[in-house]
Amino acid sequence: MELVFKRPECLIDVPFHFCPGCHHGIAHRLVAEAIDYFKIREKTIGVASVGCSVFMYDYFDIDVLEAPHGRASAVASGVKRARKDRIVFTYQGDGDLGAIGIAEGIHTANRGENITLIFANNGIYGMTGGQMAPTTLLGQKTTTSPYGRDFTYDGYPIRMAEMLATLEGSAFVARVAVNNPANLMKAKKAVRKAFQMQIEEMGFSFVEFLLACPTNWGLSPLEANRRVEEEMIPYFPLGILKERKMADYL
Amino acid sequence: MGDQNPEKMLVKGNEALAMAAIDAGCLLYFGYPITPQNDIPEYLSKHLPPLGGEFIQAESEIASINLLLGASATGKRAMTSSSSPGISLMQEGISYMAGSELPGLIVNISRSGPGLGGISPSQGDYFQATRGGGHGDYRMIVLAPSTIQEMYDLTILAFDLSDKYRNPAMILGDALIGQMKEPLLRRRPEKIDLPPKDWALTGAKGRKPNRLKSLYLQDGELSEHNWKLYQKYERMKREEVRFETLLTEDAKLVVAAFGSMARVSKSSVELAREEGMKVGLFRPITLFPYPEKALHDLSKRVKRFLTVELNTGQMVEDVKLSVDRDVEVYFYGRPPGSLPTPEEILEEIRKYYG
Amino acid sequence: MSGDRFYYDVIMAGFGGQGVMLIGNLLAYAAMKEGRHVTYLPTYGVEMRGGTANCTVVISSREIGSPVVERPHGVVLMNLPSLLKYEQRVLPKGLLLFNSSLIDPKEASRKDIEVLPVPVNDMAIENGNPRLANMVALGAFVEKTKLVRMASLFESLEKVLDERYRQFIPPNIKAIELGARFVQSL
Repeated sequence: MELVFKRPECLIDVPFHFCPGCHHGIAHRLVAEAIDYFKIREKTIGVASVGCSVFMYDYFDIDVLEAPHGRASAVASGVKRARKDRIVFTYQGDGDLGAIGIAEGIHTANRGENITLIFANNGIYGMTGGQMAPTTLLGQKTTTSPYGRDFTYDGYPIRMAEMLATLEGSAFVARVAVNNPANLMKAKKAVRKAFQMQIEEMGFSFVEFLLACPTNWGLSPLEANRRVEEEMIPYFPLGILKERKMADYL
Repeated sequence: MGDQNPEKMLVKGNEALAMAAIDAGCLLYFGYPITPQNDIPEYLSKHLPPLGGEFIQAESEIASINLLLGASATGKRAMTSSSSPGISLMQEGISYMAGSELPGLIVNISRSGPGLGGISPSQGDYFQATRGGGHGDYRMIVLAPSTIQEMYDLTILAFDLSDKYRNPAMILGDALIGQMKEPLLRRRPEKIDLPPKDWALTGAKGRKPNRLKSLYLQDGELSEHNWKLYQKYERMKREEVRFETLLTEDAKLVVAAFGSMARVSKSSVELAREEGMKVGLFRPITLFPYPEKALHDLSKRVKRFLTVELNTGQMVEDVKLSVDRDVEVYFYGRPPGSLPTPEEILEEIRKYYG
Repeated sequence: MSGDRFYYDVIMAGFGGQGVMLIGNLLAYAAMKEGRHVTYLPTYGVEMRGGTANCTVVISSREIGSPVVERPHGVVLMNLPSLLKYEQRVLPKGLLLFNSSLIDPKEASRKDIEVLPVPVNDMAIENGNPRLANMVALGAFVEKTKLVRMASLFESLEKVLDERYRQFIPPNIKAIELGARFVQSL
């Protein structure tokens, strides 16, 4: 019988701790598949951020370093500059990259650091219990925006991909979702492309995932999936925002 | 570089430190400009790239310390430098480095505070450096150079100790030591045996993946980790204490001072001897581990100590904690602004000599 | 020169661009070459803004404590603001050497110190390079104080001058000699 589906080699055979219906596991898997595809497991170093994604080292069968909250891209830049022949990626949540670590994220992209940043945007703080994120949508209720996010108090949700795409240093910027098979296939291609850009030394590559967080959204997994389609994607449009064809130094 | 019969050079403390970093094999520097330490990044931005090194002018000291954290995690020697307000911003990263047991050199060419303060020399960061300025129960190796030669020698030592103990190390200087020039012999010191960096992140090739982290959530795990760190700090206290004494054998009063104030105090001690007063000097070189035992032993013979600092009283607490109970510990301090002259310290010595 | 107990400190001050840091460095370097203990402390950071620069050089036969000097043995002052700031600080019987091309000698009021006006700008212009007024001042100062040998100064030039200025070593030497001869002729 033909094997059509298996665990990527660089994922460890343990159950994810993520909640039912959470999309983190899928995003993890796509990253792992890209690492397998390029056969770079033995030269890849992952940088975990603070948030639900912190347990990356429990799932990826690769060298992993834990960064302080918000600092993953600075940490990854340090790793890459010290070991330029290694593949380095970060996996950061919306609080990590969009709020506390926005300066590090922007400057890492602007320096054109040859790393890959996987951005997990679920519009909420998962780990700490459902507080408002910089990407929380207007009107969305969270434990710290109980009346719904109001721009007069809280400002607007930040579009990180668009912001980073404006910087000369970024080589590849895409936003993807995994709420249906078609989007998932595009996400898989985007992640693969991001790692390819790094392998080809094209500069900073960035993939923003729109992920569901059923638990903190107070929705069932199916409802949460629908919300990605109906509420998130209209505000955070999917697609490749930037793709450099040639490295700057070429 | 580092030849064994070098000619004497006349260089700034900051430049001596930068040369030492290169001679210690540190080719990775990350920092953000701040007075009075800018000679360090300026020197390294010029000299690292031709050596194949990396220099990043980071967007902040927060980024600098995390670039250092990442680079150190790969097993290579790396450093950052800053001055007091910038070092405040780095405290989070230093705590993470201590928690993740990562080496790395942090240089504080301190200025005066609190707040924006000023750029005059100050020793107001003693507590921050020696008490673990960030969160959690950790310690950092802290070395306090008092000459330009020591800026060079202690920087190399700091890299060695940092690697030996897998712990961040700090050079605590001040504007005076950073900015002044003095003769330097750029003599590469002997290499010491250091444990292999089998923990480094290099890609999991032919081995199990390495993980560097400071998060421990399982029952008992964190307490075990903290005990392990504690044992390490205790070992530093046993094996790595360094200090200098001058004319303490027959002394009736000993001046205790570190860094820039130790060199001014040295002149005062000599002036006191010329007047026939039996006065000595005790200069801690390691501020952590603090030479508490040496001070304690000294206090069995000497019953009067005068601590001299360029602040309103910080190291004096360690002197008091170290000495015998029947010892009188006096303090002469200066907030930032002006340096005491040797004569002014001599005046204090006369006052307490009795 | 070793063996005897020796100590001297000097503050050199002027406008930024007058080259006081350079002559301070040169003096310190020459003294180091002669086996002395030396320290050199420049102004830095915000102090440099506003255009005045100064440095302190200490030369000693023994280890030097403080590189900061409140009351110097000697001062070399290149402009009026420096005179106003440092004249009163000179130790009694100390030396005040100042640039009489830019400072009216009447401005110097101390009677308990040795006052040496040297028209360093005029001399440097006559010599063909107005930018070497600092070297004229240093030549005069070293001739007066004998802190180091002239030859040590000359030999130190290549160490102290930035690479791109090394071609100007001969005119620098000439300017130092000019300052020295001025003092000899007094």
